[in-house]
Amino acid sequence: MEDIKLIKSGIRLDGRKLDETRPIEAKVGILKRANGSAYFRIGNTIAIAGVMGPRRVYPKHMEQADRAILRTDYRMAPFSTTDRSRPGPNRRSTEISMVTRKAIEPVLFLEEFPKTSIDVFIEIIQADASTRCAGINAAALALADAGIPMRDLVSSCSAGIVENHVVLDVAGKEDMEGELDLPIAFYPKKKQITLLQMDGIVPPEQFKKILHLAIKGCEKIYEEQKKALRARYQIELAE
Amino acid sequence: MIEVDINLIREMLKSGKRLDNRKMDEYREIHIETGLIRQAEGSSRVRLGNTEVIAGVKMGLGKPYPDSPDEGVLSVAAELVQFASPEFESGPPGEQSIELARVVDRCIRESKMIDTEKLCVKEKEHVWMVYVDLEVLNDDGNLIDTACLAAVAALLTTKIPVIEYDGETPVVSLERKSGKLPIRGISVTTTFVKIGQTIVTDPGLTEIDAADARLSIGSLENKLCSMQKGGSYGFSVEEIEKLADLAIEKGDELRKHLEQVVID
Repeated sequence: MEDIKLIKSGIRLDGRKLDETRPIEAKVGILKRANGSAYFRIGNTIAIAGVMGPRRVYPKHMEQADRAILRTDYRMAPFSTTDRSRPGPNRRSTEISMVTRKAIEPVLFLEEFPKTSIDVFIEIIQADASTRCAGINAAALALADAGIPMRDLVSSCSAGIVENHVVLDVAGKEDMEGELDLPIAFYPKKKQITLLQMDGIVPPEQFKKILHLAIKGCEKIYEEQKKALRARYQIELAE
Repeated sequence: MIEVDINLIREMLKSGKRLDNRKMDEYREIHIETGLIRQAEGSSRVRLGNTEVIAGVKMGLGKPYPDSPDEGVLSVAAELVQFASPEFESGPPGEQSIELARVVDRCIRESKMIDTEKLCVKEKEHVWMVYVDLEVLNDDGNLIDTACLAAVAALLTTKIPVIEYDGETPVVSLERKSGKLPIRGISVTTTFVKIGQTIVTDPGLTEIDAADARLSIGSLENKLCSMQKGGSYGFSVEEIEKLADLAIEKGDELRKHLEQVVID
């Protein structure tokens, strides 16, 4: 392992520059039964999100008189990883479901739909780092597709440190060998950070650089998300 | 429990006042007691104001993970005991206790404050498993920092059991202890919440209820090692940058309390 260099003269193993994301593909309205849905791929990480609701709340005691409740369920398909991952919730997925909810909640007008639930289901069907970011990107698109009133989309991307370089969108071998990972979610219109997690050691000054690079990644993803929504809209016009 | 109006807290903060008269960046009083559980290899009881957590460390031998055959294994779990808050419910671990355990785990793991390579007994076969269990006794806000202080205090005072051999098989001695854990430094989390436009350090229970967003930052000496944002609103970039610096400053205050534990 030590012999492989992940970064050579500013170019990464997969040919990317340090501040470049993997190729992105986003599609909206891919599922028939869900009220809204989306597909989001970044490199080899693929997330599918479906939204059900606003609908009646079960169990009923969770109902809120003045607003909709937002529920998010992040799941990894057992075949999405090299070693089969056991189906069913675990501590990691419970935490990610929660931080995903908190990342999306700020942009939703939940008060418009009292006594209902808006349920977002996220399936990671192929995993190669940054799955929570891909899930959030897909979820934001699926909510927009469902016609839920939103203040803005939410865009999510990670940045980190690999072999002492600050890099955008850590993936593949970098994820295993990288020194630090900082996934964030960004609410572009208000320039608010709605998800922030970090693993790895870093001086505060370098942290700030990584944060700014991650925001740059989110801004790029935001453009791709908007493109996907527009593409969907244009197809409907043509019909 | 007296119910305090969240709007009152917001109004007070606008004029620069906290409910308990603390400064915006001031921690509540910290008490750390260690070595209180006889059966545990390390233990502590930490009080941050009225928030109280007991941590116990148990050690055993186990098989290493295939991707780290020569490293000991750290595991952190948290139990929100029902008498600690009327909000706590029975049943399997919920989001709050899972997040609590995972945020504390990440701060300790990512800071590399424990040299896990020194916890290898025989490569690929036997390594030390270090189990940190946290019991929340009273929730008066800021469980994350309290639990992290408790976990670290317990680890700093943990004594590794002696290994005896039954032929080739290593057996953990029930009575004899050898040295301390291989500790490289002291990591802590510092938690901040944003209420309206104000950010306060070490939020109390009512401040947690009033909070729009929360940020917990792990640090070891002058470096950051973990972060977790909570709450249903966001932070601006400038706020996060400011908190990254404040986390080191406040972290040093907490570290002083823990250094005292090592000396004692």
